[in-house]
Amino acid sequence: MHPFQYQRATSTAQAVAAVAPEPGATFIAGGTSHLDLMKEDVHRPSRLVDISLLPLKQITALAGGLRLGAGVSNTAAAAHPEIQRRYPVVSEALLTGASTQIRNAATLGGNPLQRTRCPYFRDPAQPCNKRAPGSGCAALGGINRGHALFGASDACVAIHPSDLAVALAALDAVVQTTGPRGPRAIPFPELHRLPGATPQVDTTLAHGELITAIDLPAFAGRSHYLKVRDRASYAFALVSCAVALEMDGEHVRRARLALGGVAHKPWRLPAAEALLVGEKPSEKLFRAAADAAFADARPLEHNAYKIPLGRNLLVQALLETSGLQALAGPAGTAFAASVGGLAGTFPAPY
Amino acid sequence: MMNPANQTQFIDQGLASDPTNRLPVTLTINGQAYPLQLESRVALLDALRENLHLTGTKKGCDHGQCGGCTVHIDGQSALACLTLAVMSEGKAITTIEGLAQGETLHPLQAAFIRHDALQCGYCTPGQLMAASAWLSGQPPRTAAEIQEAMSGNLCRCAAYPNILAAILEAQGA
Repeated sequence: MHPFQYQRATSTAQAVAAVAPEPGATFIAGGTSHLDLMKEDVHRPSRLVDISLLPLKQITALAGGLRLGAGVSNTAAAAHPEIQRRYPVVSEALLTGASTQIRNAATLGGNPLQRTRCPYFRDPAQPCNKRAPGSGCAALGGINRGHALFGASDACVAIHPSDLAVALAALDAVVQTTGPRGPRAIPFPELHRLPGATPQVDTTLAHGELITAIDLPAFAGRSHYLKVRDRASYAFALVSCAVALEMDGEHVRRARLALGGVAHKPWRLPAAEALLVGEKPSEKLFRAAADAAFADARPLEHNAYKIPLGRNLLVQALLETSGLQALAGPAGTAFAASVGGLAGTFPAPY
Repeated sequence: MMNPANQTQFIDQGLASDPTNRLPVTLTINGQAYPLQLESRVALLDALRENLHLTGTKKGCDHGQCGGCTVHIDGQSALACLTLAVMSEGKAITTIEGLAQGETLHPLQAAFIRHDALQCGYCTPGQLMAASAWLSGQPPRTAAEIQEAMSGNLCRCAAYPNILAAILEAQGA
């Protein structure tokens, strides 16, 4: 790991002032992803500004919703009774991510900012436009079974690895930040960007802009997260799906769907969402929505399997969210949200 | 239980490294304070092993994939390899050396012996620290819940069935 200056922030304003003027400076909170990339020489910050002691660890009520401090740990958020009760998609996404130890350290502000797991990005010996702009993309002609179906470019086919981000995109969460130009609010679906010609830029945050909270808007419907992995636990998604469904009697009033593991950002599905509105839930309807969702998928050499996998996952997630099928485990747990492995092994009844 | 109550210690919130990137760092480990001078880039794992010679905490992958370096930070399981030592200041750190009470083994350690829950033993400190962080004061977990909670701890010898049996027994103790 390369040497760096370390500095403990005394306030959010002081943290921003310490990072903003220095191009190589960055914030650190949980550090679980950041320190790993520093050990791999992928990240070489000149200065780390430690925000872990700042008072950003509260979960508070907010206009019918919840405000989640950016410093709340993944563990604390997943176990929070109001998140479990009103936004199980968030708990399920968090609990299918990483391991107990990592969830204890990781924070809600840092999790959506983790970098891609593309193996070529994480290996400084390989060309990668995201790590070294202009060096090329080794994944395009390499092993790309984990890569994007939607929104990729000739410069980058990487995907975003966060589970939480997929849930937050489906809920239309709002990211609160403070930065060199003062505070602002960013709709979650606009936090991440597509790679285009500048894949080194993951988000729409300015340098020195600090996430202080994530707001969950009021939501009275059902929500659910479903994830497929290469192994039963402690693995990133091959494909995942977040569903937020609001009903009007027997008919869908509003549906919001987001996929993980298929794009450079959580991938909302407006065509499939529109198709569900006003309809009565059925497997036939959900199959039609899944077909619409993947109509414009552009597979690479090794990842076409994600299309039938993703279609079936979306149908399954909708069947479970609408109550047409039972969850594989208690709502708000990793068992409800995992396909395969330990899913369904949880003793009934739950 | 060996999780020391959260100890309050003065934390210099404005602390910054000097031009050689060194800092004064006091780590509180198993109830004892250790004042150190460390480079900012030193991981808690390396401070434990190289500076303090507390080698019970194991370095397996050094990248957060194996769980061998699991310790407790303020009572929660944490990976010492993905934690900067300087960011651990002011927190109560418990390592495997602090799990037994003198000559009396922690119930989980005793259960691991009874169930032969290891072969080479390299992952064992991490397994014990991971499970002991949530073992006491909580309702017993099902086998599936234990497997899920322990998925961050790999065992190259695949002693998993015996590890699971030991934890199931110890949580009832």
